[in-house]
Amino acid sequence: MRARLRSFGAFAYDFVIGDDWRGAAVIAVALGVTAVLAHSQRINAWWLLPACAIAALGWSLRRATDRKP
Amino acid sequence: MNALPLFLTVLVACVVEAVEALTIVLAAGLTREWRSTFQGMAAALVVLAAVTAGVGPALTLIPLGALRLVVGALLAAFGLQWLRKAILRFSGYKDLHDEARAYEREVAAARAATASRRGTVRDWYAFTLSFKGVLLEGLEVVFIVITFGDTQRDLGVAALAAAVAVVLVTGIGIAVRAPLARVPENTMKFAVGIMLTSFGTFWGAEGAGARWPGGDAALLVLVPVIGLVSAGYAVAMRRSRQSADAGRLPSAPPSAPPPAVPAAAPPGEAAR
Repeated sequence: MRARLRSFGAFAYDFVIGDDWRGAAVIAVALGVTAVLAHSQRINAWWLLPACAIAALGWSLRRATDRKP
Repeated sequence: MNALPLFLTVLVACVVEAVEALTIVLAAGLTREWRSTFQGMAAALVVLAAVTAGVGPALTLIPLGALRLVVGALLAAFGLQWLRKAILRFSGYKDLHDEARAYEREVAAARAATASRRGTVRDWYAFTLSFKGVLLEGLEVVFIVITFGDTQRDLGVAALAAAVAVVLVTGIGIAVRAPLARVPENTMKFAVGIMLTSFGTFWGAEGAGARWPGGDAALLVLVPVIGLVSAGYAVAMRRSRQSADAGRLPSAPPSAPPPAVPAAAPPGEAAR
């Protein structure tokens, strides 16, 4: 049972997160900051998430190509 | 949001997944046995239908704001994954996804495997190959249909787009009886990655409490911006790869023509 749960977890991780977890981490942090700014500071940071997504993509690509000869 | 962008995004995404599933089903059916292959396919479709029927309506009970936050995060992460892969393939850092080669790989493995009967399934290998292929590719279809459909409160349009994609690819597959190698799968994955990332960031930010200037019309700016930046990354990386490859070639004598940059992408990460 534990092995099945573990393999399902591995499948779910690969399905959503894939080869580089940093992209998903950046998205999660950016969403959290957007929510905090919107609800506690009344700042409408609509630009934050797309900016972070674009930066995360560049960072992930950079890391992937740095590893290649 | 208009139903047309929803329909087209889900359609293109599902065509890509259906093409990949078709390759596996053809490899199982043509090299092993069709009856067991169809049994595997049918079993996978039953599982997928159960997942859709269970999860799809359940998600509509979640408040729209919370749903958009979770779905936006998932779609943005999922979309970045697709975009990353597509850009690495375009720039030569990762092998292009080649259905013909994927088919040959599956056929070689299917020929080498021994047949065994289990219950009503005559060839267990063909059954599991077909079941796994359709289930795994189908789960991506279900994920896209449910997230897009539920977030737009228009599950019917998303499901219709997926059904059209599956019928279209199956029909063409039956007609040509070969893997659909001519489908521009990598370009389609790039386009779908842009759409998934754009919709994911749009819905995610909305779910987190941000208000987009212009409301839904902001998507008309967001999609091209993410598309242009991604295309820029791809072109820049391709140029840098080509100049790095050219720099690695041995220098030619002065009278000889300049060395050509190799056209084939070097082997990179394993193609999915």
